[in-house]
Amino acid sequence: MSKLTLTKEGERHVIVTRRFAAPPEAVYRAHVEPELMQKWMLGPEGWTMPVCISEARPGGRIRCEWSDGKGGGFYLTGEYVELEPFSRIVHMERMHLPDPTPDNHIETRFEPDGEGTLMTMRMTLPDVEARAAMLASGMEQGMEASYARLEEIAAKPG
Amino acid sequence: MKLDAAFSALADPTRRAILARLAQGEATVMELAKPFEMTQPAVSRHLKVLETAGLIIRRVDGTKRPCRLAPGAIAEIDQWLNMLREALARNYDRLDGVLAAMQHDWEGKERS
Repeated sequence: MSKLTLTKEGERHVIVTRRFAAPPEAVYRAHVEPELMQKWMLGPEGWTMPVCISEARPGGRIRCEWSDGKGGGFYLTGEYVELEPFSRIVHMERMHLPDPTPDNHIETRFEPDGEGTLMTMRMTLPDVEARAAMLASGMEQGMEASYARLEEIAAKPG
Repeated sequence: MKLDAAFSALADPTRRAILARLAQGEATVMELAKPFEMTQPAVSRHLKVLETAGLIIRRVDGTKRPCRLAPGAIAEIDQWLNMLREALARNYDRLDGVLAAMQHDWEGKERS
């Protein structure tokens, strides 16, 4: 069962939803407290986030630096716009690859859902150049999974 | 669109860099060779692989054959969304573990 949904909203936005078996307070804190963010916002296996700055107040800075442990890496900078503990975060971010991608405006909501939390994230879809740059940087890590999928596709007749 | 050819074409970092460059607009072999510090024949070989995979198209302009990204190369947006989905799915699976550990800590504190 896949708990994650990802859908396009028009040509400009992407909506991501995911349920968590923890109350909104915990999920919210894991999104804004650096020592918690460093444990999970990592992307592919083997990557770490040695630097994480997250000033959780309107106008507060965000800076995340990722490393693949082999000298490779990139970073993200951003600013918080609005924070409503423990239900809503609005922030801007951009990746530096090393040229900055256009600003991504992200709204993340945390709603109680039974014993857990339903998270809904609405983000701006980057333009075609930014997507190409991100694809070029992320493709290598995604290759294994892509190959596995490709094998499945190839195995199906027709 | 040849999927397997596209994946092998994309497995090479130089070819990915060439695609990222072409995402910014059309370029000739000479223009591509310069930033990559490669000879023109070496660049031409990479371009041939990309062209065969259907990722780029080339046109004739006098003696030059400038190349650009093929329209909708590998349904570019779907590919990007898939990458995003995979990255997020991996992160949130890890977050499940972080949340379980937080819950465990809280319960520990309540008991003590």
